[in-house]
Amino acid sequence: MQPFTKLTGVAAPLDRVNVDTDQIIPAVHLKRIERTGYGQFLFGPLRFDADGEPNSDFILNHPSIQDPKFLVTGRNFGCGSSREHAPWALEDYGFRCIIAPSFADIFYNNCFQNGLLPIVLPEAEATAIMDKLKNNLGATLSVDLESQRLWTDDEELSFSFDVDPFRKHCLLNGLDDIGLTLLHEDRIAAYESRMGMSA
Amino acid sequence: MPPKTMFDKIWDAHVVHQEPGAPSLIYIDLHLVHEVTSPQAFEGLRLAGRKVRRPDLTVATVDHNTPTWDLSRPVVDPISKRQLDALAANLKDTGIAFYDRHSPNQGIVHVIGPDLGYTQPGMTVVCGDSHTSTHGALGCFALGIGTSEVEHVLATQTLRQFKPKTMEVRVEGPLSTGVEAKDLILGIIGQIGVNGGAGHVIEYTGEAVRSLSMDGRMTVCNMSIEGGARAGMIAPDDTTFDYVRGRPFAPKSDDFDAAVERWRKLPSDDGAAFDKRVVIDASTLEPFVTWGTNPGMVAKVTGRVPDPASFQQSAEREAAERALDYMALEPDTPIQNIPIDRVFIGACTNSRIEDLRAAAAVIRGKQVNASVYAMVVPGSARVKAEAEEEGLDRIFADAGFDWRVAGCSMCLGMNPDVLQPGERCASTSNRNFENRQGKGGRTHLVSPPMAAAAAIAGHFVDIREWKES
Ligand code: SF4
Repeated sequence: MQPFTKLTGVAAPLDRVNVDTDQIIPAVHLKRIERTGYGQFLFGPLRFDADGEPNSDFILNHPSIQDPKFLVTGRNFGCGSSREHAPWALEDYGFRCIIAPSFADIFYNNCFQNGLLPIVLPEAEATAIMDKLKNNLGATLSVDLESQRLWTDDEELSFSFDVDPFRKHCLLNGLDDIGLTLLHEDRIAAYESRMGMSA
Repeated sequence: MPPKTMFDKIWDAHVVHQEPGAPSLIYIDLHLVHEVTSPQAFEGLRLAGRKVRRPDLTVATVDHNTPTWDLSRPVVDPISKRQLDALAANLKDTGIAFYDRHSPNQGIVHVIGPDLGYTQPGMTVVCGDSHTSTHGALGCFALGIGTSEVEHVLATQTLRQFKPKTMEVRVEGPLSTGVEAKDLILGIIGQIGVNGGAGHVIEYTGEAVRSLSMDGRMTVCNMSIEGGARAGMIAPDDTTFDYVRGRPFAPKSDDFDAAVERWRKLPSDDGAAFDKRVVIDASTLEPFVTWGTNPGMVAKVTGRVPDPASFQQSAEREAAERALDYMALEPDTPIQNIPIDRVFIGACTNSRIEDLRAAAAVIRGKQVNASVYAMVVPGSARVKAEAEEEGLDRIFADAGFDWRVAGCSMCLGMNPDVLQPGERCASTSNRNFENRQGKGGRTHLVSPPMAAAAAIAGHFVDIREWKES
């Protein structure tokens, strides 16, 4: 997993609530057995029209939104399925940081597993950033995970955010959960024998 | 000792390791695997030179990506076939039980787990699928996980989790006739909202819940995720024990009795504190139909499509406007005037034997409306066989329903069963998201009897006024 420390980049405002995983990546694209290559399908039903042509109304098709790193969106982002293809698609497209007033639980967890930083901001702060981005399409945001700060490029808006210390540590260092857990293998074996469920 | 919730009891019994500030390491008793969310996990194991720690606690099947046409017809989509083959290859020589497309035990993961007796009270159950919450109906902590976590469980038989909060949803009083488990959960989601359970594990309590059969309880727990909850659960009781007894992988004779002794201690203690509580009066529940593009957008069957202008918050108003636009519905249309093109009875929400019986009772001796294509997809090969033994397949076929082979089918628009753009479907599945059942498809979530009646009438009808022939 690639570490996440600091990031500056274009932020795409996606002003919708309850964006579900079927909108992020429809099930028809989950047939592949690879972990990569999902970016081309990201937000497919919103990004493309019925003929597969880019839908000019959709924010990611706007000429000012080039190579976005941040996605700023509405509450309950990522609700629905547990499919990790959703963060894979976001990451493959180039996103590294998603900002919303709230996230669905499984999606939120899945982000950390893939080097994506999901930031929860109070509704008022998220709306302030959203409004600013909508009025300045192509504007950039910056985030510093170590100091837990997020700001707009003109520094007019600057917020601190919460992140669980364990998740932060893993992201900063690009640590793999499985490796960490296997350090406790003796405890797992002890649990199994205590519960009479050794293999 | 202070009184504990059932969730706390199960959680505490499964903590392997706990460090301050870090997520707990929780032991997993049962891991269900399917073809869509596992290939990248197995690949990860291979790349790291790791192996599956407990193949004996892992069960695999194929469901999401399998066609539901006759088993003699092969899988034709090469990409789907590649994914199905990948699962078989990944499982080879691992010792993991695998129920492939032709196995008599094949089916939707959340149908076969309880049906085969793998799922038992007090367990921790995970699967790379959000509707793993279904298994909570037996008194388990059952949750959906992502593929990285699937890999983690395969390698370590544990999961890293921050302890969720608890929420009690108490449904007081009895359900009225014609109000199904599906209506109960749609009513709950309509009330708490699609985000209402976020960060929480819901325990459903109260008379209306207690009186449900196991199949009904599974329908309720299934849709916990639609209310944003991490998991849903219902305390085990005699209904639960009677259900588990005698199933192929359930404990036998003395072991079963000993297990029941333990399971009787699982229910929440009197006075146990929940972080959040919601009380619902069962008499306010009616047959429901979703009108929009998330499962919280529900209306009573006697009601009307809402007017977006009636929503207070602008985000809600805009979401409702977008939903009506996508669903091609006019505000204030009576729900029962909405014509439908397709009916889908199936999915892990409502594809168990009782669901099929309830639907069959409604349509017996009647004919599917000429403008409707209707299909029934049993949740597992075992449910299908049981239904056929009872002659339900004939009832459906005689009425003009297509009787299919087990799988997720039109629940998710991944396999060949999909809605065409613009088609409107009465569906017993759990998600009415845009494009969920196929690009441009329009989904209305309902109970099996409501779906069955709609197939006959060609539009939604109030099942309480239905005359069986
Ligand atoms: S039936 Fe639908 S909700 Fe259930 S596991 Fe299959 S795809 Fe998921």
